[in-house]
Order: sequence, then C-alpha cells, then structure tokens
Amino acid sequence: MADAIQPEDQIKTPYSSNDEGVRAELSEIDASIRTASLFFTISAISWLLLGTVFALIAAFKSHQPDLLSDSAFTTFGRMRTAHLNAMALGWGNNIIFAVCLWIMARLCRAPIRHGGILLIAGAFWNVGLTVGIFGIIRGDITSVEWLEIPSYATPLLALSYALIGVWGIMAFRFRKGDHVYVSQWYILAALFWFPWLYVIAQIMIIWFPARGVVQAVTNWWFAHNVLGLWFTPMALATAYYLIPKVLGRPIYSYYLSVLGFWSLAIFYNWAGVHHLVGGPIPVWLITAGIVASVMMVIPVIVVGINHHMSIVGFHKEGWRSPTIRFVVFGAINYTFVSLFGSAMALRSVSEVTHFSHFTVGHAHHGVYAFFTMIMFGGVYYMMPRLLRREWPSAGLIQIHFWGTAVGITLMVVALQTGGWIQGLQMNDATIPFLEVVKNTMPWLKARSVSGLFILVGHVAFAVNFIWMLFAAGAVRARQVPTLLVQNNKGEEAA
Amino acid sequence: MKNMALLFCGIFAALAFSFSGLILTSEIQVGALNVTTETLEDDGEGNMIMPEGEPMFPRPEGGLALQGKQVYIEMGCMYCHSQQLRRAGYGADIDRGWGPRATVARDYILQDRVLLGTMRTGPDLVNVGGRPLNADWHHLHLYNPQTVSEGSNMPPFPFLYETKEIDGEPSPNALSFKADSQYGPEPGYEIVPTRQAEALVAYLLSLKIDYSLPEAPILD
Repeated sequence: MADAIQPEDQIKTPYSSNDEGVRAELSEIDASIRTASLFFTISAISWLLLGTVFALIAAFKSHQPDLLSDSAFTTFGRMRTAHLNAMALGWGNNIIFAVCLWIMARLCRAPIRHGGILLIAGAFWNVGLTVGIFGIIRGDITSVEWLEIPSYATPLLALSYALIGVWGIMAFRFRKGDHVYVSQWYILAALFWFPWLYVIAQIMIIWFPARGVVQAVTNWWFAHNVLGLWFTPMALATAYYLIPKVLGRPIYSYYLSVLGFWSLAIFYNWAGVHHLVGGPIPVWLITAGIVASVMMVIPVIVVGINHHMSIVGFHKEGWRSPTIRFVVFGAINYTFVSLFGSAMALRSVSEVTHFSHFTVGHAHHGVYAFFTMIMFGGVYYMMPRLLRREWPSAGLIQIHFWGTAVGITLMVVALQTGGWIQGLQMNDATIPFLEVVKNTMPWLKARSVSGLFILVGHVAFAVNFIWMLFAAGAVRARQVPTLLVQNNKGEEAA
Repeated sequence: MKNMALLFCGIFAALAFSFSGLILTSEIQVGALNVTTETLEDDGEGNMIMPEGEPMFPRPEGGLALQGKQVYIEMGCMYCHSQQLRRAGYGADIDRGWGPRATVARDYILQDRVLLGTMRTGPDLVNVGGRPLNADWHHLHLYNPQTVSEGSNMPPFPFLYETKEIDGEPSPNALSFKADSQYGPEPGYEIVPTRQAEALVAYLLSLKIDYSLPEAPILD
C-alpha cells in the first residue's frame, strides 16, 4: 500500500516522514514488538536502580572501609562486582534488547514474527542474571573480570544470547525492501559477534581453562569486546537511527558510515590486549593490541565527523529534544573516551594509568557517558511511540539529564585526575604505598558525591517512566511532544 | 551495502581475524610452555637441556593454599590486588620490593585460574609470601587492616574470625593484638581464625617468586 506511492528516496532513509502510509506502517511494527520492548525496558530500569545501589555501597566503602563490613555478602569485591554485572548485563543488555531490536524491526519494515522468542529469551536472561548476581553476592563469584557470573547461571545467559541472535537474523532475513541502513549493519554484526565472544570466553576460561596466561589474553579479548563489539555498535546504531529521525534530515555521508563501520570491525577486536601492557604475555601480542588501539582513531574520527555534520545547524532543535540532548552528549563523549583510550594504550601512558583509578574512570566514561546516555536518548524516543502517549514531566527529564550529565562528568574528572596522581606516585618507589592510598581519598570521596548526582538522575528517570506507564487521563490526552525548552513562539514546554 | 552474503562474510572475518591472531596463536605459543629447571645447560651439540636432578619450576598449586585461593576468589581480592610484576625500569614494581624479577608467562602455567588483576588499590601480591610478613601479621591485617596499616582502605574481614571466651589457657592461634590496641577483643575474650582464614593466609604465604627461570633469571 504505502510502498507503491513512496518516492524512492523517501523509502531509503529512515528520517521522519509526514506520509500517513509510512506512519501507519511504523505503528503496525511498533505494535508487534510492544510487549517485548516494554518487558526489556522495565527490566533494564529495575537493574539500573539496583546497580546504582550496589555502586554507591562500593563507592562509599572505598573511602570508608568499615561500612557494612560485618558480612561477607557486602564486602567490596562482591558489591563492586554485583554493580558491574547489574549495570552491564542487567541495564546494558536489557536496554539494548529493548531499543536496538525495536530499531531493527522498524528498519526491516515488517511487523516482527515470533515475538515469543524474544519474551522467552528475555525471561531466560533476567532469571539467569538474577541467579547469577545472587551467586556473586553469596560467594560463587569467579573473579574473572566481566565473567563473574557463576557457571550454574551462564548457560541460561548463553542460550538467551543465542535466541536473540537468531531472532535478529530472522528479522533481517524477512525484511521488506532492498536498502540496508547503517544501523542495521551495526546491530546485525553485534548480534553475531557477541554470542561468539561469550561462548569462547566461557569455554576457555571457566569450563576448560586454557593454560596459564592464555586465560588472561582471552579474558581481555572478551572483556574489551563487550564494549567494542557489543555496547559500542549498539549505541552507534541507536545514534545513527535517532539523529536523522528527530532532526528530519539524512546522515551526512554514506561513505563515511561505511568506512566507520568496517574500520571499527577490523581494529576494535584486536585492541583488548592493551589491558595487559607490561604483563607476563608475549610482547608481540601487546604490540598488536597497541597498534589496533591507535588505529581506532580512524573509526572514531569518521563517526565523529559524520554525527557532527548531521547535527550542525540544528543545535537549538537538539537542545529542546530530550532524545537529541542525551544522544549528542553520548556522541561527543564517544569521541573523547575513544581518543583517551587510544592514548592510554601507549606504553608510556599505560605505565602510569594501568593499575590506577584512571582506568576505572575511563570505563565509566565509555559505558556511561557514551553508551548509557545514548540509550537514555533511545528510551525517550521509543516510549511515546510504543505507548502512544507523551512523557509526563519535562522537569523530571531535566533532572535526569543534569543529574547524570553533571554526575558522570564529575566522576570521570575525579577518577582520572586522582588516578593519574596515584599512577605517578605508585611509580615513585620513594613514596610509601600507604601514602599513595591516602592521597587517593579526596578523589574517591568526589566519586561518591558524583554517584549521588547520578542516583538523583536515575530516580527522576524511573519516576517519570512509571508515571508514563500508569498514566492518568491528562497525560494520555496530551498531543504535543514533551520538549525541554520553550520554543520560539513562547509556548510553555509541555 | 545491499549484498547480504558479503556483509555477513565481512562480519565473520573481522572477528575470526582477531580470534585466530590473539587467541589461537597465544594458545599455540603459551599453551606449549612447560615446567623447567632454573637454568639450562648446553649438551655439547648446541641443544639447551635441563640438568638432571634439579628442582622444577613453577611449583604446582595444592593443599591448604589451594583452598585459600578459593577464599581469595570468593572475596574478590583480585579487584584491588594484582599478581604480576612489570620489568625493572617500567613502573616501580621491582623498586618497591614487591618481587625480585618480572613475572613471565611460564610462572602461571600450572594455575587453574590465573588472577593477574588490573588494579592496585592495594599492592601487588604475586610475591607476598616472599616479603617479611608472617602469618600473625596477615591475620591481624585481614581481621582489621587498621591494626597494622593505619589509613588503609582495605575492607576488614571480621567474618573470617571467631570471637570467643577464653577457656582456661588462650588458644595458640589466637590473634596477638598490641596491648593498647583499640581493635582487640574485650578482656577475657580472644579472636581466632576460622579454617577459611587459615587457608587464605596459607595461600598468601605460598605466593612466592623465589626461583629463576631460564628466560627470567633473578639477578643479584
């Protein structure tokens, strides 16, 4: 129906259409995936809140070690790890399943088939993860970074990954139309890469441990690729989808998108060994990792230019839209965090930053300031379309944005400044170790304060979300999108 | 990019490239390492061989120390303590007296779980058993780090110890606090390690780089 009357160029790009036919088609697709996406979003936000609580406990314990120290369940090693897993696998993966699968369905331009697979996968995922995090807290933690979930829960997670991968490939296989949009490359690739990484890492480290430091190499090949080949492509896919959608104009350059995608695909997955610079593994492996890390400058700059040129001239528009405000914050931080990451791989820089809080700051810079902020933008865009109602409160969105933006900026600055000092002092053997530890205290306290800012942001987000879910008539009746700044005519932002 | 097959081949090849480059080759290179004597000798035909009767290194894990490693894993110690030493001149690992030489791949080949670590909120522990710290010190430090390292941000592990009333003679393994310590037990009570604490300390004391390897000799 709609297809027949669409001019060719409008079918090809996903940006907002005023055409009734396209809108009807999209809302049919939205309806088909609504249950699954809602389930994943609710799960994601629940994990986000729980993960924040674990984070604050761990953060406060780092400068007040006697806090909650009477029980093994709340010791630092377990709280910190429960935080990481709740955030990465609970918040991160659920929100990826919610937003990116929805984007995939929309770009494939066909109502989804077998939505039940997604619900089964979602149930496996969240049950497996709940069991896993209980396991970590009660002491079945593996102490392998990013793979701490005990082995009795991981098969459920692996199965869930596989089901979602199969669903994604099927959605792609039965797509309508010929054109494949850049977001689809990223999502398809990530859906394929991640189960491979996860299963190999489980086999070689946990099930049939490889000999010696082969475990460490596999560990960092996997753990860095959680970021590089899973979170990063998913967040980039989301940004590539949302920017043209909200601003109503296409992505600046198709060719830069191609270059950005393939250079990321080739270089990122070699980079992980930079976590072992100076470590007891063959030096050529480390050198290969450093080279790949520096080569990452290419996809980062390319994507940065492409996003920037797509937004330039629309800054006022972007600032008003909750979606674009979060996405732009995330996209800018993608450039920063990646360039920092390339620099940190160099031996002379790693000598200082490795083993210090600098790396912790860097990890949060990537997973939060880049990935999470873009996914927040995705939720702000997706929910009104799934529920057919607007966000109830612009004020709560403001609190969410400023709480998280200020919080994460403070955290990254505090941990990286403090971490750099810590690294320099650790490399000076004349300074006693305990002195180095004491000098990190102000920075660790600043980190705890930043966590409180983020907590406020998350609570505002959750309240707004729940309000929207159980919206009363006044919210349902609203027709105008919820924007953050008054528009030119002086109308009050709804 | 409309060609589905080409797109998919590219996606596959990208990860296959690093998987074979990093994982399979390191399995071939490092997976082939074996225990060895501290030095090798020339057999006269240009081959370096292991002299007979010499002890082999690294030592296998085992006994109470291996149970202690499990406690170390369960408590998440590796999130603040690394177990690797960088070479002299790169960082201050050797200068700080954390160990006599850089660790190399062969040092880890007999470990079922390798705990290199990436963080030094606390000091490196790969040679903590070779430092002048005895079991008493470790028990006090684990029970409450403030007793021996005031200002440390290491969490205390009181749940690895039992406080009990002294029954006649004090137990031989009771923690020996300084007389004026504010962290000691009430008069008439003593604090004794559980089996978990005993195992953990045995593990810490077993962590030693006190041997040379042909590729990593201890230099005087």
